[in-house]
Amino acid sequence: MELKPQHGLLKSLVAKKILMALTGLFLCLFLVAHLSGNLQLLIPGYNGRLQFNSYAVFMTQFPLIKIISYVLYLSIIIHVLDALVLTIRNRRARTVDYAVKSGYGSTFASRNMGILGTLILIFLVLHLANFWYKYKFGEMPYMVSPEGYFVSQKGEAIAGAVLRDGHLWVNGVDKGPAMKDLYEVVRLAFSQLWIVAIYVLSMIPLGYHLAHGFQSGFQTLGLRFGRAFSLIRTAGLLFAIIIPLGFAIIPLIFYFFPEKLN
Amino acid sequence: MKLFSISDKKLDGKCPTGPIEKRWTQHKASIRLVSPANKRRLDVIVVGTGLAGASAAAALAELGYNVKVFCYQDSPRRAHSIAAQGGINAAKNYMNDGDSVFRLFYDTVKGGDYRARESNVYRLAEVSANIIDQCVAQGVPFAREYGGYLDNRSFGGVQVSRTFYAKGQTGQQLLLGAYQALMRQVGRGQAKLYSSHEMLDLVVIDGKARGIIARNLITGELERHGAHAVVLCTGGYGNVFFLSTNAKNCNVTAAWRAHRRGAFFGNPCFTQIHPTCIPVSGDYQSKLTLMSESLRNDGRIWVPKRKDDPRKPTEIPEDERDYYLERRYPAFGNLVPRDVASRAAKERCDAGYGVGPSKMAVYLDFSDAIKRMGRAAVEAKYGNLFEIYQLITDENPYETPMRIYPAVHYTMGGLWVDYNLMSTIPGLYVCGEANFSDHGANRLGASALMQGLADGYFVLPYTIGDYLADDIRAPKIDTRHEAFEEAEKSVLERIEKLLSVRGKTPVDVLHRKLGLTMWDYCGMSRNAEGLEKALKIIDELENEFWKDVAVPGTDKEWNKELEKAGRVADFFELARLMCIDALHREESCGGHFREEYQTEDGEALRRDDLFSYVAAWEYTGHRQSPVLHKEDLIFEYCKPTTRSYK
Amino acid sequence: MKVYLKVWRQRHARDAGRFVDYTVDGINPDMSFLEMLDVLNNRLISQGEDPIAFDHDCREGICGTCGLYINGRPHGPVARATTCQVHMRHFKDGETIVIEPWRADAFPVIKDLVVDRSAFDRIIQAGGFVSVNTGQAPDGNAIPIPKEDASKAFDAATCIGCGACVAACKNASAMLFVAAKVAHLARLPQGRIEARERVLNMLTQMEEEGFGGCTNTGACEAECPKAISLENIALLNREFIKAKCAL
Ligand SMILES: Cc1cc2nc3c(=O)[nH]c(=O)nc-3n(C[C@H](O)[C@H](O)[C@H](O)COP(=O)(O)OP(=O)(O)OC[C@H]3O[C@@H](n4cnc5c(N)ncnc54)[C@H](O)[C@@H]3O)c2cc1C
Ligand code: HEM
Ligand code: SF4
Ligand code: FES
Repeated sequence: MELKPQHGLLKSLVAKKILMALTGLFLCLFLVAHLSGNLQLLIPGYNGRLQFNSYAVFMTQFPLIKIISYVLYLSIIIHVLDALVLTIRNRRARTVDYAVKSGYGSTFASRNMGILGTLILIFLVLHLANFWYKYKFGEMPYMVSPEGYFVSQKGEAIAGAVLRDGHLWVNGVDKGPAMKDLYEVVRLAFSQLWIVAIYVLSMIPLGYHLAHGFQSGFQTLGLRFGRAFSLIRTAGLLFAIIIPLGFAIIPLIFYFFPEKLN
Repeated sequence: MKLFSISDKKLDGKCPTGPIEKRWTQHKASIRLVSPANKRRLDVIVVGTGLAGASAAAALAELGYNVKVFCYQDSPRRAHSIAAQGGINAAKNYMNDGDSVFRLFYDTVKGGDYRARESNVYRLAEVSANIIDQCVAQGVPFAREYGGYLDNRSFGGVQVSRTFYAKGQTGQQLLLGAYQALMRQVGRGQAKLYSSHEMLDLVVIDGKARGIIARNLITGELERHGAHAVVLCTGGYGNVFFLSTNAKNCNVTAAWRAHRRGAFFGNPCFTQIHPTCIPVSGDYQSKLTLMSESLRNDGRIWVPKRKDDPRKPTEIPEDERDYYLERRYPAFGNLVPRDVASRAAKERCDAGYGVGPSKMAVYLDFSDAIKRMGRAAVEAKYGNLFEIYQLITDENPYETPMRIYPAVHYTMGGLWVDYNLMSTIPGLYVCGEANFSDHGANRLGASALMQGLADGYFVLPYTIGDYLADDIRAPKIDTRHEAFEEAEKSVLERIEKLLSVRGKTPVDVLHRKLGLTMWDYCGMSRNAEGLEKALKIIDELENEFWKDVAVPGTDKEWNKELEKAGRVADFFELARLMCIDALHREESCGGHFREEYQTEDGEALRRDDLFSYVAAWEYTGHRQSPVLHKEDLIFEYCKPTTRSYK
Repeated sequence: MKVYLKVWRQRHARDAGRFVDYTVDGINPDMSFLEMLDVLNNRLISQGEDPIAFDHDCREGICGTCGLYINGRPHGPVARATTCQVHMRHFKDGETIVIEPWRADAFPVIKDLVVDRSAFDRIIQAGGFVSVNTGQAPDGNAIPIPKEDASKAFDAATCIGCGACVAACKNASAMLFVAAKVAHLARLPQGRIEARERVLNMLTQMEEEGFGGCTNTGACEAECPKAISLENIALLNREFIKAKCAL
């Protein structure tokens, strides 16, 4: 048979959906990395603080990570815009709706990916404003060692250094940029109940989004072969529980058991 | 008034002569061809998209004719052929069990109780193998063995395994193959599809079929369609009995309208009653469901020895059961042909041994099979049928025997056609169940699908060329011709008449009464007295119909009641012809059992000296006596013998 | 038994439509759902009222003509059954039953509960076939096909084109229907040859008809009377990716 004239690649619903899956699964990977980084917040004492802040430095400065982070921003933007277009197109396919709906055979999550995603998006904006923006462009406290010295980005406490323009100076010699204390920002934020509440509650839509999204991404990419797929499904459910739980546990510990972190 | 008159001219089936195995080849070589350039200028109308229609329309469009194809369903894929379960026969001899074209030919002629044309049946057997090849190439997923080769099963009491199947959905898979081939042509623009269109009349110009009048069932508009030839593939008329295994919308209208325009109707009384159907359970019942014949391979049929035995079937001990088929037909037992099995069930129930609430059922028992093969094996073989049974009856056939009873299933009769599948109206071809053709007085299982596809893929595309070769200079058919005018007017008048009755009785109610009458007097067994009575009742019911039928709504909208009313009106006329045919055929053969003509032990008594012919009826007017034309049947290869299954 | 019906009545495509209440009494639980509607319709007809328009043909679950949305579920409450295979014993005495047509912009309402599903035919026309002319075929056993492939192809091919998948899907997507055909043919050597054109043509047509896209909710699979598996949609996605990579 002849190939009929095709729409542009990205106009096709399946292509759009594949883009959703690629970006979504990439975001899942990111979540793993992000969570393992953040869990360093739970290491007690000065070491924990130092390790976490060093990690923050690493994340903003290592060139490969930088590239990956741009891919990440792009993924989020594409994922969100694509989600918007798809959701609108899919809604247009049924302009007169049923009077009675049972939802039989589909999960709550699968039917509400748009809403769940929007909740995640709102959270994301708050979250980025809270930490990422502040870290990059805002007023930040700087890391101070137990002896009361500023700390360089390499993690060395530098005796007698003074802070000017974000750099440490010892006797007029620039010892390099100072380490910002993101940990402190986190600690302060998570000492406020309402912020803790938002962080914990936002993990619920994330969990649901992943509960459907993880396995759905594989299905979309056609990665479904016999029994292996039920493994993917189980893995997706575990993923959807463990990741949000991991994220939620951090503010909870900061708020309820701050002494454990000392 | 005389019931009918007899024409003294014999009807000629135009069968080729010579050695039977060469006839089709020689015929093909001798008929005329139409060049590709000329095919482009020729229009063909195909009515029907079942196996016969879809295959014919696709094959003709592939050849380059401009095809217009019609069906009343909303999609061609929903034609009644979709429901066929068991399989399709073909003389492939893949099983190496001694099958051959000749054996399939022989089995079919014998199975039809020597009332079919040898030449046609031989051709059918000959092309049967090509059908399988074609369907496999289309992607029909037939059952296969572990080695990857096609599997066969045995069917209908023949001695070889020649039935190809796709689980219990063979008809569906074959039809989808043909449908897809047709959709390919529609996509190419070579065929034009008119779904939700019902043909309501045939247009005949200068003695040739030149078009149809169709009603768009969605808008209600009447449309004229012209063509150089018209092919009817409109299926069988089993629904004259109201309750049957046919789809609810199956009807005789297209064939009957053509009959009224001059096409002879062949053997209308030859009806097949299938022995294994789920029995009627109430007077609201709209439809009967077939349980595949294959169940008789392992199930045993019985009734209690005691009349009105109140016990549950599982509580009746072995020695109080009457396995009447095994008793009467020790050689074939439960595997006797359909007509024999059906009559035996009726005989037991009429004698008062029937079971179930209606007492019109017998048991089909799998307990022995489960003991012998294990439940798992029974489930693997028949699981989906058991499921259907349970869905309908809410009873578990693994635990309690099924209740079954015969039901109307297939009509061997239909429009008379010659060897070229052309009716007595030049240019009007008839394929599939709609023609009277190849099955004589009784059809073997898995042969209808074979015939439909043989006609459509491999016979008609050749034979129609012979006729159209004369028409290559004929211009496009002008639908402003007065014959179209007249036909459209008569269709419209009939619709208006139906709508103007504004009575109180719904169509279904009258249809059900007609069906019961036919079942009682022109069903599994018939006698002169009953048939004469039926003729009277039919007239009365028809009068009542035109006086009191309730057809709501208008003709300019989707109106199912109007559709049904038109069909039932035609069923009344057909019913009359069926009874006349049954009355005139004073013998018993195949599905036609005349009580007056039976042997001492109640078997069918064929009278070859008097009735070895096809009865083709000519229409002479409403309630006028029809004219009987005889086409003599000559048996050179299968000499008629008494069918015995004892 | 007795049931209360709320039935969608709409005189024609442009009519606004509304629910109308009916009470049906004296129902035998062994009646099929459609027989219950027959009884109601015959009553309406005798009273000179317009009967409820619904379509049906085989009444045994194979032709795909029937299709009513009953209490929020296509084909009603029985799994793996079409509307015509649902019996009244599956409802409670005194129950209220809401009956709606399939709702999808690609399936416009014709009348009451009857919708136009010709979009499905056009999708098949776009590529749901093997291009083989009558007479071209080699012997049926010329190409052996592994039993496993043949039986998976068969499972996909059992789709009856009823449209319940579209009706069930929140996006009114026809992906399960399209996937069933793509998968049926892609799994057979005869269908592989045109696999690329088929998947692209059919998907393009599906979009042109106005169906939505798949979001893998699985409602179609759960409501499909023939239990066509979502695996087929995954296969379709693979075929799509393969086809696009081959461009
Ligand atoms: C339950 C059941 C199971 C069966 N199982 C088997 C089996 O296993 N093996 C076997 O060989 N046979 C079987 N048969 C018989 C076989 O299915 C049929 O004989 C065969 O399918 C008929 O095919 P057809 O193409 O002639 O007609 P149909 O499939 O009946 O098609 C008729 C077509 O004509 C159209 N039509 C009719 N009238 C009009 C009109 N006026 N205007 C427009 N269109 C019209 C319809 O829309 C339809 O498309 C079975 C039959 C039944 C009932
Ligand atoms: C951490 C963040 C996120 C992750 C890990 C994530 C992950 C995923 C995954 C894996 C999928 C499944 C893709 C598929 O079915 O093929 C998906 C789908 C979806 N996501 Fe996200 N997502 C995230 C954020 C968002 C945001 C912010 C939105 C915003 C609106 C969103 C909206 C959607 C929607 C609507 C779908 C379903 C699209 C469809 O099925 O067609 N997601 N997501
Ligand atoms: S996939 Fe299932 S629900 Fe969809 S049309 Fe086919 S049979 Fe109906
Ligand atoms: S009427 Fe044929 S599937 Fe229901």
